Amino acid sequence: MSGEVLRRDPRAEWIARNRLHPLHGTINVGEEAEVRGPSGLIRKNPHKVGFIGPNGIKRIDRLKGNAAAAGLGRRSSGPQEVQLPLHAVENPDFYIVVVPDLVGGRLTSQDKDMLGQAHKLVKGIEGEGAVVAVCFGESKEEGYDTAGVDRLIHLGGEEYEGFAPEQRLAALMQVEAQLQPKHWLFPDSVHGGTDLGSRLAARLSERPAVQAWQVDHASTVSRGASGSKDIQRATPRILLLAEECADPIDETRHEVQAIELAAVPLAITRLKDQGQVAVDPNAIPLGEAEFILSAGNGIHNWEQFHEAAEVLGATEGASRVAVDDGFMPRFRQVGATGTWVTARVYIAVGISGAIQHMQGIGQCDKVIAINSDAGCDMVKRAALSAIGDSEEVLAELIKLMQVHKAEQAEGGDQNAA
Amino acid sequence: MPLNVVSLVSVGRHPQSGRQRRAEQDGRAVELGMNLEVAQNSQLTVLHAGASSEPVLRTYAGMGLPELKVLELAEQDDAVPALGDYLQSANADIVLTGVRAESGESSGMVPYLLAEQLGWPLVPRIADIVSIDDGVAEILLALPRGQRRAVSVPLPFVASVDNAAAEARQTAYGPGMRARIEGNKVVTEVDEVRSGWQESDAKPRPKRLKVVKAKTAADRFKAATAKPQGKAGKVMKSESAKEQAEEIFKLLLEEKVIK
Repeated sequence: MSGEVLRRDPRAEWIARNRLHPLHGTINVGEEAEVRGPSGLIRKNPHKVGFIGPNGIKRIDRLKGNAAAAGLGRRSSGPQEVQLPLHAVENPDFYIVVVPDLVGGRLTSQDKDMLGQAHKLVKGIEGEGAVVAVCFGESKEEGYDTAGVDRLIHLGGEEYEGFAPEQRLAALMQVEAQLQPKHWLFPDSVHGGTDLGSRLAARLSERPAVQAWQVDHASTVSRGASGSKDIQRATPRILLLAEECADPIDETRHEVQAIELAAVPLAITRLKDQGQVAVDPNAIPLGEAEFILSAGNGIHNWEQFHEAAEVLGATEGASRVAVDDGFMPRFRQVGATGTWVTARVYIAVGISGAIQHMQGIGQCDKVIAINSDAGCDMVKRAALSAIGDSEEVLAELIKLMQVHKAEQAEGGDQNAA
Repeated sequence: MPLNVVSLVSVGRHPQSGRQRRAEQDGRAVELGMNLEVAQNSQLTVLHAGASSEPVLRTYAGMGLPELKVLELAEQDDAVPALGDYLQSANADIVLTGVRAESGESSGMVPYLLAEQLGWPLVPRIADIVSIDDGVAEILLALPRGQRRAVSVPLPFVASVDNAAAEARQTAYGPGMRARIEGNKVVTEVDEVRSGWQESDAKPRPKRLKVVKAKTAADRFKAATAKPQGKAGKVMKSESAKEQAEEIFKLLLEEKVIK
């Protein structure tokens, strides 16, 4: 027997049991000791968790006092730029050539899907392969590396600008001779991908798969008979890929090494490009217009707005308020109940950006907001916002455009003379 | 000497009912050829490669054509060599086709293969032939987003007609039934490659899901609930209206929406 006598304090025990007792908090009831229930499970006293915060509300610190440190650490690092792992191909055994559309100098989503498809093909084929992108004309794209371009052939000469399918075909023939690619991938699109791909296929006497949407190294499924039939066949050398044929690259970074192409012979061009023809912008359906000037509640001078649209050569659009108030016809309405637009550049004048309107412009590339309220949703969405009186800004814009037009007319005269 | 214009026609397919019909773009090609007959000194031949007993041909004839030429081919035959041989011998100046057939493979390769075989230039997706002077045609191309591009091309050439071209006129039943459809026997080649393919009804394509590759639950939660907010762009608050307008103008020029 031990000599120690266990002394009990019935009053303290009573206070500890009675959590309504004013002294209950002061008594330390064996915090370290775990309490086990009748079934052997550890029981926690929920009333003992947490502390009373400065404004009298009970706070539970689940980070065990590490909150401040964690918060600090995150804040100090700031918005971190994630460096994706580099996918390097040193000595490729074969090449897969992708010819993106590069609408407006940037990779379209279809181009990116196509690059993803190219890498899927590379994985399926034995050996190490590199994905080559052949880009024509001016390129503003900065994300070639994250889009999955291992090698880049950029042909930016004047002879490739505009509508030059014959010269571009000559360049592709040079690529064919130099690299002997395993596959050629083109986007099946109205932006010229289909045309170029078909030309190359006809020149090389290859039978392409058109509207291909399920492609691997062995077999290809493509749509035929105006989209009502699926045709399955062995994967051909030339593929014209449908939209969303594969997932774009998002987990790797690529080298974007430039490949020097031997001099491309100047093709005999029988198709002479006479330039784009001015089209009445308001005759273009709103859904496919490229450049929209849209008016909302903030517009008071409607004549000036129409003048601005005419001078800028923009298709007119409107928010629901402007239509409901009778300033614009119903078919000009942009948004959930109106038209879902796909413009590349969308100028919203005096539109604060109701969610229905934002849905309608979801596919727009560059949004410019002219608004008096700096806190509105449209300004948050816009790539460029001008805060101020829309009437003044539009007036200045009209002036600038008129000067620009006058300069161009002068330049044209000089060229003619 | 009048120009020889040849419009190639095929059997179309109605997108909803799947019934055979006059193909949309081929109809427009015939319409363009008929308009050229009026505007220019030209002569239109409407040509079909397939069976002359095809009832759909009557709907083309019903547009006001006295006769149609048919190169007799079976279902499995390749149309391109027969068409190429015919066009070579027929002294055609302009060949008009649709962009893509509505039946068969729908690859849209026929005009390209014909142009390659004949050594003629190919003009893709035209909206109109504006004029033909001294053997050079001025053509309007249909670009996406309702834009047009002017192109000049020397005769002879092959052109594919886009949906932006003038709509095909109404077809009349009686004249269509009375038109002469002349079948020509040609040397045929069986399309061997195609016989190795498997064709089935089109399966609906899976919709692309927005897959969120987030490492932590907090990121996934944010992706599921947060409004997609692009990085806020440049906001000009204190600048004068003139500076603001200049900045906007610069962006418009950069994006090439104003010329």
